[in-house]
Amino acid sequence: MGKNIRMKAEGVNFFYGKNQVLKNITLEIHDHAVTAIIGPSGCGKSTFIRLLNRMNELVLNTNLEGDILFDGESIVGDQMDPVELRRKVGMVFQKPNPFPKSIFDNIAYGLQVNGVKDKDLIEKKVIESIKKAALWEEVKNRLHDSALGLSGGQQQRLCIARCLAIEPEVILFDEPCASLDPISTHKVEELILELKKDYTIVIVTHNMQQAARVSDYTGFFYMGEMVEFDKTEVIFTRPRDKRTEDYITGRFG
Amino acid sequence: MKLKFSNIIQVLGFMILRLCMICVLLILVVIFYDIITKGIGVVSWEFITKPPVDGMTKGGIYPAIIGTFFITMITAILSVPLGMGCAIFLNEYARDNGLTRFIRMSIRNLSGVPSIVYGLFGVALFVEGCHFGTSILAAGCTLGLMTLPLTITASEEALKTVPRAYREGSLALGATKWQSIWTNVLPYAVPGMLTGTILGLSRAAGETAPILFTGAAFFLPDVPNSVFSQFMALPYHLYIMSTQHHNISLVRPIAYGTALVLIILIFAMNSIAIITRYHLRKKGIAHG
Ligand SMILES: Nc1ncnc2c1ncn2[C@@H]1O[C@H](COP(=O)(O)OP(=O)(O)OP(=O)(O)O)[C@@H](O)[C@H]1O
Ligand SMILES: [Mg+2]
Repeated sequence: MGKNIRMKAEGVNFFYGKNQVLKNITLEIHDHAVTAIIGPSGCGKSTFIRLLNRMNELVLNTNLEGDILFDGESIVGDQMDPVELRRKVGMVFQKPNPFPKSIFDNIAYGLQVNGVKDKDLIEKKVIESIKKAALWEEVKNRLHDSALGLSGGQQQRLCIARCLAIEPEVILFDEPCASLDPISTHKVEELILELKKDYTIVIVTHNMQQAARVSDYTGFFYMGEMVEFDKTEVIFTRPRDKRTEDYITGRFG
Repeated sequence: MKLKFSNIIQVLGFMILRLCMICVLLILVVIFYDIITKGIGVVSWEFITKPPVDGMTKGGIYPAIIGTFFITMITAILSVPLGMGCAIFLNEYARDNGLTRFIRMSIRNLSGVPSIVYGLFGVALFVEGCHFGTSILAAGCTLGLMTLPLTITASEEALKTVPRAYREGSLALGATKWQSIWTNVLPYAVPGMLTGTILGLSRAAGETAPILFTGAAFFLPDVPNSVFSQFMALPYHLYIMSTQHHNISLVRPIAYGTALVLIILIFAMNSIAIITRYHLRKKGIAHG
């Protein structure tokens, strides 16, 4: 495995019951880069990135074949503690899911469950993460109000802040802008580009322009298969597969 | 033309629905009116603080109120933690397989078992099996057993209303399953759990059959002094006053007074449940 490869899927097959939704996926996720995953609805994008932090374990009756590596170590077996893994591989969900707590407590929560007790440290990290998530100006006077009172875009940035607070190494974004307006989307995109300096990022998106704007590598999924994976500029300018070309030019999807 | 016809159907439909509601309301009003008008005359400070005297033809119902209070406490102590624990296990930990489905089905069925059967079972298990004798403890445990299915079902429903996103959200932040349930699921389910539980308890407080053989006494001059004492209870007292007393027509007002006190008590418990839920919901954390 190359030095700058952070995570790797090797021949991954995944089943919900008898229904196979991922077919022989092999894919490398580069360090300090943004990897975009695109493809039509239902092709298995969410399923795939939820494998990277073992979130699919919460779903009953699933079956995984093949291997997934994180820094060269397999994360699929018993030797990897999923709680440890999720500390290092954070996730921001498609639908903003703030907890019904105050803005401050939402972010402090992740620190608390990870054993941080020092109040000053928590406060410092909470403020730091809110600033990093480009949310500070909007919430600095209402940190102790309920997070549910925030707009959708603000909620999503809060969820990003919450994820940043526990200082993961990889961040998985599952269509983070799906329920956001163009302005919020723009903010989140800028944020992702900013985060790339410190984190390894995987983003699922339906928005071609977004993939082109923010990502370094792009993988195109189609009906559970990974049709093509390459540098983003290659995928968008010289796709090798006809299906990729059709998809990015909007001929189907 | 067609539009008009469907309009008539709609008007008729709503009229029938409204009638149904009025019927139900009317029945309730009649019951309450009957009990209140006939009972209000005897309910006084004396009535709720003095024991019965003169062969239960005079005096109050203080021991019965205290008895009902104590057995309800025992019921709560038994069924609340057990019920909630069981619900948490079933909903959060147990895999969905044949065994858990069988357990769930059994719980549903248990809540349909007639209360007199619980009474008999209580005699066998608590009065004789555990040597509790006919006592507050035996009766409370019997009632606890009876409310358990209700508590479990209500608590599980409350847990189901907590969105999956909360669980996934906290797990994704590196919380253990235990932390996630304890800090990010239970706090939002507890209001609903409490509501269901209190409703179950208020039903238990009004039951006669399960305490009939397990510890309720016809008449006691004093309040019980330990959990192994026999006790008087409101519903049983009411039953005696309206069917077993040697002079039923003479004590009719006392029976009505007892009924009124019992209803007020149960009403108060239900109100507590509703108010709790309302407050917690206002704080934005209850979903049920
Ligand atoms: N919990 C589940 N149980 C059973 N099947 C599922 C489950 N989740 C997803 N699937 C199925 O797996 C396939 C892939 O779903 P997935 O959510 O990964 O698609 P996706 O590419 O993320 O789609 P979208 O762009 O619409 O979010 C779909 O056919 C879906 O019906
Ligand atoms: Mg998806």
